[in-house]
Amino acid sequence: MFDDFFIRALVAGLGVAFVTGPLGCFVIWRRLSYFGDTLAHSALLGVTLAYSFELNIAFSVFIISSLIALILIQLQKRTNLPGDALLGLLAHSSLAVGLVVIGFLTFIRFDIMGLLFGDILAVNINDILTIYIGGALILLVLKLIWKPLFASTVNYELAEAEGLNPDRAKAIFTILMAGIIAISIKMVGLLLITGMLIIPAAMARNISDSPQKMVVYSIIGGLLSVILGLFSSLEFNTSSGPSIIAAALFLFILSLLNIKQSIKLKN
Amino acid sequence: MRSNNNLLVKLNNAGYQHNDKWLVKGVSLSVEKGKIVTLIGPNGSGKSTTAKIALGIYKKIDGEVEKYTNKIGYVPQKISIDWTLPLRVHDFMLLTEDLDDESINEALSLTGVVHLKDKNLGNLSGGEFQRVLLARAISKKPEFLVLDEPVQGVDFTGEIALYELIKKISDELNCGILLISHDLHTVMTATDHVVCLNGHVCCSGTPIDVAKNNEYKALFGEQASQILTRYEHKHDHVHNNDGEIKKN
Repeated sequence: MFDDFFIRALVAGLGVAFVTGPLGCFVIWRRLSYFGDTLAHSALLGVTLAYSFELNIAFSVFIISSLIALILIQLQKRTNLPGDALLGLLAHSSLAVGLVVIGFLTFIRFDIMGLLFGDILAVNINDILTIYIGGALILLVLKLIWKPLFASTVNYELAEAEGLNPDRAKAIFTILMAGIIAISIKMVGLLLITGMLIIPAAMARNISDSPQKMVVYSIIGGLLSVILGLFSSLEFNTSSGPSIIAAALFLFILSLLNIKQSIKLKN
Repeated sequence: MRSNNNLLVKLNNAGYQHNDKWLVKGVSLSVEKGKIVTLIGPNGSGKSTTAKIALGIYKKIDGEVEKYTNKIGYVPQKISIDWTLPLRVHDFMLLTEDLDDESINEALSLTGVVHLKDKNLGNLSGGEFQRVLLARAISKKPEFLVLDEPVQGVDFTGEIALYELIKKISDELNCGILLISHDLHTVMTATDHVVCLNGHVCCSGTPIDVAKNNEYKALFGEQASQILTRYEHKHDHVHNNDGEIKKN
């Protein structure tokens, strides 16, 4: 009934959704959506380097994104520019440099659209392995740093005073962000990864009253978005990334309706 | 070196500066098990800063801090919680320590807010939130408790009850408390040691010593001094109806 590539895409997408669910919650709680965007934009540079030096794409993207995160932290310390300006500076310059480098690599045919918006046809067994092994690692580390990270998200000084070492948790979380972008770039595309992080988590925020519930709903929302999005992308022959994000948006709108209904019921 | 086994935290000539301005300088104090040390002083005198130095929140400090415990409970003066987080009182209680339901209920009952357990933190009133903050700090049975204006926004009767509770905690858990309070009445009732700050330690000692100190009087006025002394006022005489003093 389904072609192999579709099954592969589905398996890969579901794997990504498991990881973006909880990470996306932290992106919302810690107001990091633009930070996620910046890392994702820099991923293009990572991809071009992977092609130039015949590296593994996920690995190369991970290295470049982590590097950009480090540069950002240094710039924040050394300049008086506001955080959002620095983020914009890094996002667009790394995107531009990536595109310029592509211009030099005339011997390789780039599927730019696939890079920007994801390409289900391109997902192979290696990608699936990368997603599941990388994803499991990310989730494991997130579980280990959950307490200090969450406590410092609620209140930095409380976490610091009561000995939870929030700075370390924050640094590790930054690396996890680079990790999720690295493993999901092929699936969703670099322009839409942040959407995959934020939209299911935003949907979950609308319908949950505790952090744990929000994480669970965010994962479920991500999984549903992948399933809905991939089936409709097959049906209407659209790019996989935008279809998944559009499905996530659809679920978000549904969650808004749910709020209105429950308010009506209460009154 | 830890000079005695009861010592929990010791500040040696500690200070902290921010943007080239000293927030507080040359503070030496120590908190021992079962003792309550209270910081008093006008606004901007460095009370909260001193507490944060003791807690290790400020790292680039002058002088040194010796800390002999990791079991710390903290009630900050200001806490801004981002309401993008769906957080119930119950979740908040588990913030820095894994507690069983029994300990959570016990702590919330002590501060009188067990009925709010499933409420969203954002829906609490100022006083209710303050009680939850205190409950959270004591729930983990800390050895060292730092309370920065713990009863702000709490109603009058609640305030007295909470200060009694703080005293009780200090006795029962044998925990050392660093308390910051504006309320000179309460300072007297429970405190073992008072440190009066004004950018530096202007005087310290038992409440009664501090009240008699001239620098303290200059800072707070004569009336404040009377408030403090009134409590420990030992009556060695009675007044006759005409006001004449009659020795006991």
